[in-house]
Parts: sequence; C-alpha cells; structure tokens
Amino acid sequence: MRDAVTALHGATFIGRVTVADGGLRGMVTLRGDLAAPAMAAAAQVIGLTIPAQRRVVMADDRAAIWMSPDEVLILVPHAQAEATAAALTQALTGIHHLAVNVSDARAVLRLTGSEAALRETLAKLAPVDMDLFGMGEVRRTRLGQVACAFWMVDSSTVELICFRSVARYVFDLLAVTASDGGAVGHFG
Amino acid sequence: MLILTCPYCGVAGEETEFHAGGEAHLKRFGPGSSDDDFDAYMFARKNPKGVHFERWRHVFGCGKWFHAARDTATLQVFGTYPAQVSGPPQDILDRIAAATSAHAAK
Ligand SMILES: [Zn+2]
Repeated sequence: MRDAVTALHGATFIGRVTVADGGLRGMVTLRGDLAAPAMAAAAQVIGLTIPAQRRVVMADDRAAIWMSPDEVLILVPHAQAEATAAALTQALTGIHHLAVNVSDARAVLRLTGSEAALRETLAKLAPVDMDLFGMGEVRRTRLGQVACAFWMVDSSTVELICFRSVARYVFDLLAVTASDGGAVGHFG
Repeated sequence: MLILTCPYCGVAGEETEFHAGGEAHLKRFGPGSSDDDFDAYMFARKNPKGVHFERWRHVFGCGKWFHAARDTATLQVFGTYPAQVSGPPQDILDRIAAATSAHAAK
C-alpha cells in the first residue's frame, strides 16, 4: 500500500466542537465466537482483550470495538494493520474465524470539545439517548442518513467511524450541527 | 414511533435504526412442493389488525436479524427475540395473553 490518504484530507472544522479528520487508522475486523478461550488468547497476542457487549477496550495506541455478537473491530496504528491481521490469523489457526485488514473501508473522525457540546452534537443527529451514553461504551447507529459508530475516548473527545464513501457527508453534517449559534443547552 | 430492543446488542433503539422484514416464521416451500403450498409461501401474508410477529433487522446497528411481536393497531411491542427460532417463545406469548386479557377486562 503506497501513499494512503484519508477521505477527508486532514479537514478540520472549529465550532462548538472541533470536528477533525481522525487520520489514517489501521482497522482489522475480527469475527468468530467471541466467547471462545482461543479468541481471548488471540486478543492478548495483539495487546488487547475482547470487549463485552457494546464496550470498547482501549490500550495505548490500539482499541477493540464491539460491533456485534460475533464481530470486533480492532484499531491499530495504520502501518500495523497487516501484521495485526496476520498475528490474529496465526493465533486462531484451526479455529473458525475471520481476521481481515479493512483499513480502507472506513474513515475516522475525531470530535473534541466540552462534554456537553459533544453530547448535544451527537444527540441532534443520532437516535440515541445521550443522557445515558457512558464512557467505554460504543454505539453503532445512524447519523443523519448513514451508519456510524462512536465512543468517548475521554470526557472531551469522541471518536466516530463511518464508511469511507460517506466521510464528507458525515463531516459536513457534524460541522453544521456543531456550528456556533446552534446551541440547545440540554446537556448544560 | 416504535422502540425495539435488539436482542443481540441490547440496544433499545427507535424505529429508524431498524428495517422491517415482513411476516415472521414463514415455512419455506421450495422445489418439489405443491403449487398451492408454494403460492401460499411466496405470496400470501397475514395483515392483521392486532398481534403480529415480524422480522426486523438492526440495519444501522449490529446488522443482525431478529423477531418482534407487536400490535399493529396500538403499536404496543410485546417483545423481541432472536432469529434462530421457528415460533415465538413462551414468555412473549404470556405477555401477549396478559395484554389481551387486560384489554378485554376494560
Ligand atoms: Zn443490534
């Protein structure tokens, strides 16, 4: 893979929250029986654990995102995606599974700002009760018209993924929603 | 608006996060079946005013198919359950029975 570029080319919007291109990220989809001991062992090989239902496991420069009862999305530095997929495949030899580098499939966006503004921005766009959304939780849902998933990295940072082909739509949608003058103030 | 709980993610999501997949628990009649059976399987669908068992997909979420039991007139949702069954589980049937008898008593 040469000259990989993000769909958003480093775009940034500064409003009530800052919406930014999250940069290139290695993404490996891991599918199989998440409860199997072999799966836990494989996750350990790449320095992670298998997240519980709707949870995110974060460790240094990597994360494991619960996607469905048989799917976890592994996030690693972009250059390590191939090696991570290979390590998982090797660790799961003989076990029914799938570990594939899907780094080109999705775009990452990074939202930063006050927790109230972050919650409000997402609440305006997704049919999710943002009063109840907690740290360490991932929500796959709808943002406007397209699928996305988001989680809070800390109280002032949200990471959001969407399919690469709709990255610009998601960026523009978030930018309009987080524009100055659009505050509702529900979250304080 | 319907609020459905996906049995796979445990998410209580609103209707637009899901996609309706029509009547549940259809028995497939394929090659070798009679024309009448195939015709009924292919084209005939219930359209009740009342309790209905349906297939839904958590299309913007985990992507899984599941079942829902709801009332098409009141939009009351009696419950959702996994896709890997050919009929509604007893707890859902009990809830429907309780709801219909409570309704009849009024
Ligand atoms: Zn789901």
